[in-house]
Amino acid sequence: MTDNGLMFPNVDSLVEQILDGAKVVIPATRSGVAMEATRALVRRRVKNLHLVATPAAGLQADLLIGAGCVATVESAGITLDEYGQAPAFGRAVTTGQIKVMDTTCPAILAALQAGEKGIPFIPLRGLIGSDLVRFRDDYKVIDNPFAEDDPVVLLPAIVPDVALYHAPLADHHGNVWIGKQMELKVISHAARETIVTVEEFYDGNLLDDDRMAAGTVPALYVSGIALAENGAWPLGLPGAYDVDADHMTAYAASARTSDGFTQYLADHVHTVRAAAE
Amino acid sequence: MEYSTEELLICVIARMLEGTRHIAVGTASPIPGSAALLVRALSKGTTRVSVLNSTHHQFWTDGAMELFDCAGQGRIDAFFLGGGQIDGQANINLVGVGDYPQQKVRWSGSFGSAYLYFVVPKVILFREEHTPRVMVPKVDFVSAPGVSEANVYRPGGPHALVSSRCVFAFDKDRQRFRLKTVHPGHTVDEVIENTGFEFDVPATVPDTPVPEPDRLALIRGSVAHEVADPYPEFAKRVFGVTLTQEKSA
Repeated sequence: MTDNGLMFPNVDSLVEQILDGAKVVIPATRSGVAMEATRALVRRRVKNLHLVATPAAGLQADLLIGAGCVATVESAGITLDEYGQAPAFGRAVTTGQIKVMDTTCPAILAALQAGEKGIPFIPLRGLIGSDLVRFRDDYKVIDNPFAEDDPVVLLPAIVPDVALYHAPLADHHGNVWIGKQMELKVISHAARETIVTVEEFYDGNLLDDDRMAAGTVPALYVSGIALAENGAWPLGLPGAYDVDADHMTAYAASARTSDGFTQYLADHVHTVRAAAE
Repeated sequence: MEYSTEELLICVIARMLEGTRHIAVGTASPIPGSAALLVRALSKGTTRVSVLNSTHHQFWTDGAMELFDCAGQGRIDAFFLGGGQIDGQANINLVGVGDYPQQKVRWSGSFGSAYLYFVVPKVILFREEHTPRVMVPKVDFVSAPGVSEANVYRPGGPHALVSSRCVFAFDKDRQRFRLKTVHPGHTVDEVIENTGFEFDVPATVPDTPVPEPDRLALIRGSVAHEVADPYPEFAKRVFGVTLTQEKSA
């Protein structure tokens, strides 16, 4: 193995790359969420994160918000899906603890695609007449310059400081295999840094085999990798393992109150290596 | 033949979808999902169905973007939306109750609604709870508007609103709902009483047709097994079907 500076000995040292106040883009619940790294961020008491969900988020955002790590959430939705509403998120909004930049799924995806292209903005259909546009002063409605009387919304590009996710594989060159979760390519391209935890390491070079290379984010975009077996737990990882339904049910019940949420943190986050046991 | 409310609603929605090329189903939509899978079974494979978060009933290979890109090009013909609040102009609210942003009650968020409502030709609003707190005079937050100004690009929009009590059709010209049918066991007066918005009531409002026996058989057979992939809890509760061999696939 070459010392390319990308390999971190553990998740705690990896997440030190994510600074207070960073704009961090995170994947949707089923795409490969870096939950072990998220617990490490909470333990480190990271502050004032600006989360960008691709295009929605769940437990990860709820944990970070409830633990006081988040100033702003940019998202099309925060939900625990079949386990109910995200309780810490709900509390933080109703008490005004966080700023929410509400939007619609394709707006976040398109704005990240603008980010990866290095263009300043991108137009999107829909949205006009929605209160999403009314409350987003960074969204503009213009006349389509290529047509007559055709209003269209412009979205500013999103360029996150960091993309953070969990993937099935990485090789020792720093290439990361994401399979068909293509939105992870978009966020890796759009963000200045990409921080990844992986289930396991791949012997050889992922780019040598076209079947693997098609689903690979090249090391060019990657700033740090650490091994985290079962690193999406209690969420699932596509093609690897399912969500831990019992744990999610228990979280949804605990997090319903602030005290219950604090107890959950004590039991499952501040207790290091909860996932591995 | 006896049937459950879920089976009635699946058949109601399926009748609206016959002949559709491509139906997409969002998350948390087991009844619309079952209806779409029923239509696919009836179509002998000419109707395509994409169920989000399903392992076997979707075919996306380009990530979270692909559904929206497909829809934007007109490749998706029908979709379903719900709402914590729905009003008489078919505006939907998925964000919360009270004055935005610091609301009294906060829900998850607008998801794809503010886009798909504009670009998918046939959007069926589906919400089982039919009470004045859901069917409101005016939504507190417009996640996605039911109608748009004439110059706004909008090939899509609301087709109907299906609840546990009745079916409303949406009249685009009048920008209002019209009561179309009332489910067996429910009444027009009861619908009026439980609806916070005004709507048109024709002189006669027929009962919603009951499920056709051959369709009920399909629902309880192949559809129940297929819908257990994205919605295992629903399949277990409504059809007593548990996912077995598909799980290991």
